[in-house]
Amino acid sequence: MDLSLFWFCVIAFLWLGYLFLEGFDFGVGMLLPILGRDEKQRRVLINTIGPVWDGNEVWLIVAGGSMFAAFPGWYASLLSTAYLPFLLLLLMLIGRGVAFEYRGKVDDPRWRQVWDAVIVVASWVSPMMVGLVLSATVFGLPLNANGDRVGGPLVILTGPTVIGALAVWGFSFLHGAAFLALKTTGDVRERARRFALRFGLPLLLPVVLLLLVAQLTEGSPWTWIPLVIAVVTALAGLARQAMWRDGQAFVLQGIALAGVVVALFGALWPNVLPSTLNPAWSLSISEAAVSDYTLTVVTWVAAFGLPGVLAYQGWTYWVFRKRIGTAHIPPVHAPTGA
Amino acid sequence: MNPVDVLDIARWQFGITTVYHFLMVPLTIGLAILVAGMQTAWYRTGNPRYLKMTKFWGKLMLVNFAMGVVTGIVQEFQFGMAWSEYSRFVGDVFGSMLAMEGIVAFFVESTFLGLWIFGWDRLSKGVHLACVWAFSLATVFSAYFILAANSWMQHPVGIEMVDGKPQLTSVWALLTNSTVLAALPHTLFGCFAVAGAFLVGIAAWKIARHHRESAVDNEDRGLWHASMRLGAWVGVVAFAGLAVSGDVQAKLMFSQQPMKMASAEALCHTEQPAGFSVFAYGDVGRPDCESVKSVTVPYLLSYLANGDVTSEVKGVQELLPEYREKYGTHYPDDPRLGELAGEPIDYTPNLPVTYWGFRFMIGFGSVAAAAAAGVLWFTRRGRFPKGRWVGPVALASIATPFLANVFGWIFTEMGRQPFVVVPNPNPSGVDGVWMFTAQAVSSGVSAGEMLTSVIALTAVYGVLAVVEVFLMVRFVRGGVEAVMPAHPPEGDDEDEGSEGKQSDDVLSFAY
Ligand code: HDD
Ligand code: HEM
Ligand code: HEM
Repeated sequence: MDLSLFWFCVIAFLWLGYLFLEGFDFGVGMLLPILGRDEKQRRVLINTIGPVWDGNEVWLIVAGGSMFAAFPGWYASLLSTAYLPFLLLLLMLIGRGVAFEYRGKVDDPRWRQVWDAVIVVASWVSPMMVGLVLSATVFGLPLNANGDRVGGPLVILTGPTVIGALAVWGFSFLHGAAFLALKTTGDVRERARRFALRFGLPLLLPVVLLLLVAQLTEGSPWTWIPLVIAVVTALAGLARQAMWRDGQAFVLQGIALAGVVVALFGALWPNVLPSTLNPAWSLSISEAAVSDYTLTVVTWVAAFGLPGVLAYQGWTYWVFRKRIGTAHIPPVHAPTGA
Repeated sequence: MNPVDVLDIARWQFGITTVYHFLMVPLTIGLAILVAGMQTAWYRTGNPRYLKMTKFWGKLMLVNFAMGVVTGIVQEFQFGMAWSEYSRFVGDVFGSMLAMEGIVAFFVESTFLGLWIFGWDRLSKGVHLACVWAFSLATVFSAYFILAANSWMQHPVGIEMVDGKPQLTSVWALLTNSTVLAALPHTLFGCFAVAGAFLVGIAAWKIARHHRESAVDNEDRGLWHASMRLGAWVGVVAFAGLAVSGDVQAKLMFSQQPMKMASAEALCHTEQPAGFSVFAYGDVGRPDCESVKSVTVPYLLSYLANGDVTSEVKGVQELLPEYREKYGTHYPDDPRLGELAGEPIDYTPNLPVTYWGFRFMIGFGSVAAAAAAGVLWFTRRGRFPKGRWVGPVALASIATPFLANVFGWIFTEMGRQPFVVVPNPNPSGVDGVWMFTAQAVSSGVSAGEMLTSVIALTAVYGVLAVVEVFLMVRFVRGGVEAVMPAHPPEGDDEDEGSEGKQSDDVLSFAY
């Protein structure tokens, strides 16, 4: 396999990692007011992702950095064309990150309410923006020969990309519930499970729609395979959830996500960013790639770096593997105003 | 839709967001390493004072770290959003540094930071100590990679031009660029200058307050005294390091970016030997220097530039024709350059900014160093000066190294205008590689979008600055008590759950 195709796959893998890991972070944020009935319960929710959310977010940074490193034209055209969605995403990520860290640092209900609101809004909006830009890269954007946008700031909003936005949002919602069912005890766990079972199917609907639209407009015959795997494993996940197998449900959802990402990037291949104006202006994998030397360099870095990342991030999840419940939450400990 | 507006707004945005990011960065880097040192001291001696220091300064570091992270994400994506032409041009070189930074540094940083915050009772003491070192050293690696990227823009090496674009031929040359080897120590010493002043300012303020209130909790006084002396030593040593590494940088700048050197001095005409201007009055902004009066130290600039008190330093007037000859007199007639298309190129950076930026960098740094030295003297053997002014002055002094850092960057970045990738006229790097800032900006983005983002980001950053300072003040007031783990809580929780009822299982730390 030549290196540019390899890096196309690496970038797909990085996005998969991001959607999987920050997917449940987003989900937990969305579920904060729904499953967290009182302050203790809300703290249970936040602390399930407390030690890991930042590490999860770095997957986005590395996915972006790798696009820049391997396919600079892709990075440049996608980000400048989808300027406002990226801006909104950045603002939301700023708010979320600060909110997690600062929420508990003042013992005051109003203070917490404000940050809770930030977490909830940011957790709803961020996955939509991620879905919007990812599906835009699959379905293409109105780009001229230089890779610049033709049209106004909102040309990115089309039927398929809106479905894409809802798909990532829906997946994250469900994924967060499955994660909480796996990581908490007591009341929160019970309600997370019920939420997943009750709303699982409707939340997966936009995902299936997105897959079908992508398959029918851009897909190859082989991309039916990951598509079917995605749908089957997602349904199997819900079935296992119903049987109280939280771990299995969560893993099956992960496999379903892998199917989704493979199907979408399969539909994107052999382009990285199609132009909807003229196929000749599309950025293809081979043309958009940087030189072989640079690809070799980053390949070495990734070959040593990424297995390490998987190992120590995996270890972190192992260290914090225990379920937590309200009984584990210590009293608030913050400086008093005096 | 005027491209010139887009350019100006994009430049303001980059400047605002990057300078803001770099307010958090030096504090995080410097403090992280000092905290790791404190925790090591606790690990080796078991002395609870070191644990308290670790917890207190560690908490302030975390308040700051969160802001460093979220503002960094903006930086990562800003190249593509606002500088897409730049990203396309340098993609073969620049992106690899960002990718390496993410894979080698950011993953380690973020993961081990999480382990450190939440791992106090989950990890053995030794492993927990390793975590704090892992993430604080990762911040240094992240600085290295991003500075390597930035240094390449100042001094392009390790590439050849293929189809009008730089193509990487040696990543090694990039990583060992003379410019980054000088900028890294300079920047890191700058980080320690910030962290040192932070320790001094806050600790001295605490002691002064205890004196005033003749507070009972004198048991912590030793801790504040130790922190203050540590900070002062760090500050003094850092400044020495800054002066030495800054001198190396100046010599590189003399050969690599003579125009920046001339601008740093607002040196209009070539001088031999050249004196160093300590300050000037009159209109520094005019490249013909008609109205400038300047107080100079003879020979010093020649020495700074070339290590020899008699060497010639070229002035702006003599450099301009050289630049025009090498890089053209007019911008290309490219419609994407908007109003600048076909216009004459102005090779002189903004002289007042570069001139005063350079002086404020050194000046504020010297003030910080003098303050640190003064602290070492006046607090020797447990002494502490009396007076109402001590506390406020201590707090105010924290600002000085921050300002020095900010002015250092403003000088470096504005001194390379109008280029974003600077050609080196006496190439020790690769000749003939450059890009004008005007060509770098995104061409498909409208001024309205750019304006929206700069306003939104500035507003959010402004609010968050207030929040961060507010939290820091609270934690400083709260002192050690507020950061030490609470006493084991009584297990009278109303838990509706079935499992996990054992309250010995309570987390020692939770958000
Ligand atoms: C000399 C050091 C230095 C410089 C010049 C920059 N940064 Fe930075 N950056 C850091 C040193 C640093 C750090 C110390 O490693 C930070 C600060 C706080 C933190 O969490 O890590 C960081 C955080 C940080 C993050 C968040 C990482 C995370 O989630 O853990 C990103 C994405 C960037 N930076 C990207 C950039 C870019 C694209 C820059 C160029 C304009 C830049 N930084 C300038
Ligand atoms: C590796 C790190 C950095 C890179 C790659 C970088 C790159 C750039 C780019 C692309 C621009 C826009 C073009 C321009 O207007 O010159 C710029 C401008 C600027 N940067 Fe940097 N920069 C870096 C670090 C910093 C830091 C850390 C600071 C300060 C804290 C800083 C301060 C500025 C300022 C003030 C401008 C505006 C200059 C102007 O518009 O004239 N830069 N830089
Ligand atoms: C003591 C004398 C100092 C000298 C002679 C000196 C010299 C220099 C020079 C020549 C540059 C420009 C490098 C270039 O653009 O090629 C620079 C940049 C810079 N300086 Fe200083 N400096 C001094 C003190 C300080 C202090 C006290 C601080 C901060 C606490 C500081 C922070 C910076 C920063 C952040 C930059 C920009 C980043 C870089 O290029 O490394 N400097 N300095």
